[in-house]
Amino acid sequence: MLEIRDLKKSYAEPSGNPLVIIDIPRLDIGAGEQVVLRGESGGGKTTLLHLISGIVTADSGSIKLDGMELNKFSESARDRIRADKMGYVFQTFNLLPGFTALENVRLGMTFARKKMNLERAKDLMNRVGLADRMNYMPNQLSVGQQQRVAVARALANKPRLLLADEPTANVDPANQNRIIELIQEVCREDVVAILLVTHSDEISKRFERVERLEQINLAIATAGAMEL
Amino acid sequence: MNLFSIAIRNLLYRKLPTALTMLSMALGVALVVIVLTISGVVEKTFERTSNVGYNLIVGAKGNSIQLTFNTVFFLSQPVENISYSYYMEYMPGDDRQKEFKRIGGILKEPERSGLYASRMKNGFAIPLCMGDYIGSFRCIGTTPDYFRLLKHGDMNDLDYRFSQGRNFVDYSDEHGYFEAVLGSQVAAGMKLKVGDEIFASHGAAGGTAHDQAFRIVGVLAPTGTPNDRGAFVNIEGFYLLEGHIAPDRDEASGIEKKGTIVAPERESALSKVRLPIEKREVTAILIKSEGPRAIGLQKDVNKTQFAQAISPIAEIAGLLGLFIQPIKWALLALTSMVCLVSAISILVSIYNSMSERKRDIAVMRALGASRDHVTLIILVESVLIALGGGILGWVAGHAVGPLANAWTESATGVRIQFFNVNSALEPWIVPGLILIGTLAGIIPAMSAYKTSVAKSL
Repeated sequence: MLEIRDLKKSYAEPSGNPLVIIDIPRLDIGAGEQVVLRGESGGGKTTLLHLISGIVTADSGSIKLDGMELNKFSESARDRIRADKMGYVFQTFNLLPGFTALENVRLGMTFARKKMNLERAKDLMNRVGLADRMNYMPNQLSVGQQQRVAVARALANKPRLLLADEPTANVDPANQNRIIELIQEVCREDVVAILLVTHSDEISKRFERVERLEQINLAIATAGAMEL
Repeated sequence: MNLFSIAIRNLLYRKLPTALTMLSMALGVALVVIVLTISGVVEKTFERTSNVGYNLIVGAKGNSIQLTFNTVFFLSQPVENISYSYYMEYMPGDDRQKEFKRIGGILKEPERSGLYASRMKNGFAIPLCMGDYIGSFRCIGTTPDYFRLLKHGDMNDLDYRFSQGRNFVDYSDEHGYFEAVLGSQVAAGMKLKVGDEIFASHGAAGGTAHDQAFRIVGVLAPTGTPNDRGAFVNIEGFYLLEGHIAPDRDEASGIEKKGTIVAPERESALSKVRLPIEKREVTAILIKSEGPRAIGLQKDVNKTQFAQAISPIAEIAGLLGLFIQPIKWALLALTSMVCLVSAISILVSIYNSMSERKRDIAVMRALGASRDHVTLIILVESVLIALGGGILGWVAGHAVGPLANAWTESATGVRIQFFNVNSALEPWIVPGLILIGTLAGIIPAMSAYKTSVAKSL
């Protein structure tokens, strides 16, 4: 479902020299597969998620989603693919403060070409255990509840791939496992692949496949060798 | 959800800044609507006034605008006078001969018809004498034909009606030649009614009053014309007042001959003795002549050395173009500037909100919104503020009209309805608001367009 080959991305340092952040020769994720990506801070985890979601473009290499070469598409085309085929859960939830919980979920389906109806949004709210909180504003929800709304939003458009960037970093330990369970359960039911970024051992144990960024990203090894 | 509902939600989330910017736009649009309403009322008043029921005014040679102001609007001062015998030249058919027999005096060739009689078929000529005042209102000496033959109204098809009493007559056994009819505003302003006496003052408001009183026999129902502000007296009585007798003049030079102002001998106020023709002058003559005859008549009169004939409709249209339209456009320009300032406040308000909305925009982009989507949302917000404020302002501006009806209807005869569209420019307000809103939203929308998703998340 997701195939990454020879993916490279660099940013300019203040000195003007290019700093290679991503150098991944190969990474594959199958349909419905649930993968954790571990790595230290600054290792390029978020950059990798941005590359896969099409928010930024790679310098070179290939990212194929269901056979579509993302790097060859224009920005607006990548936006459409992201709207249709991907869901994104952010570390800080990023619910829009002026919209109710239900409306935030519906935002997740607003920009997709396949039009989802209100019933799907209500069904997702029900599945994340917030059927009685649909008309609450984000500031009326607890942290754990906000993240559950964010999960429902990410799945609103029936994506093929869910990208989660440290989704439990701001959630209390008691709720962390619940959030991860929820993500895994809903994705399993809807056959949605997961690429979840975390640096938590606890969370990593819940996934069958764990990739370490240091092992798949040559840029980290190269940077380490240069420091030595 | 769609982009429109997202924009509405965003505006509702920022209620206070949204409301304030809408209010400023409402003020601007209300001012525009009020200016259009007022100019509509003024133009309608002028148009209504220009439907005077006669197609020419003949007066002494001089300033045509002054003649119009004086005769139609009872403003300014009379130009000069022309002889009563000259007025008689306009009498249709054999009326000239009949008039000579009725009044008496000296008249050249009294057996012939008027020089312009052939052009006056189915028409009329009504004399006016101006120069006196009743209080601060103009006193007009005229004949009963003024209210019998003239009509008023938008279609010039309404007869003059009396809310009290009747029209004055040429001679009454009760009051002789001294009957008067007041316009509605004169009666209300001076608290006069049928049966009261009035004394005209000579030459100026507050000037020396004549000794002879006129008896009020009628009060006009409001017409929405300058006639509401006139006090009309029987011309026969007007001529018998001191100072209204014309002197003899040298035929060649027109210079007054001294010692020739002689009042006729009358035993009492009810005497039937009239001022003879050669002692009379008129300020203006209201002429109704059929179409092409009127044009020929106007040309012939204007060729004379001492008289001019003007078309009141043409003069009033000229006044509109000369004074009213430029003032209207100047006021519209001013009120449009207010709208422009409001548009700038929309721009500033939305632009200032962009820094705190960068993350929200980045989130929407991460959810699959394109740059065009987020740009459009900002533009829609801007247009909604402009339109929302504009609609509020339109309602407020239109509400002023009916609220002021008590004054405007009595002063101008024009009744302003809430949904009156008072100007052909008014339908352009909505497209104008959409344009203003779009232009005001461009800069903030570009800021949304350029938002970096990666940096903002």
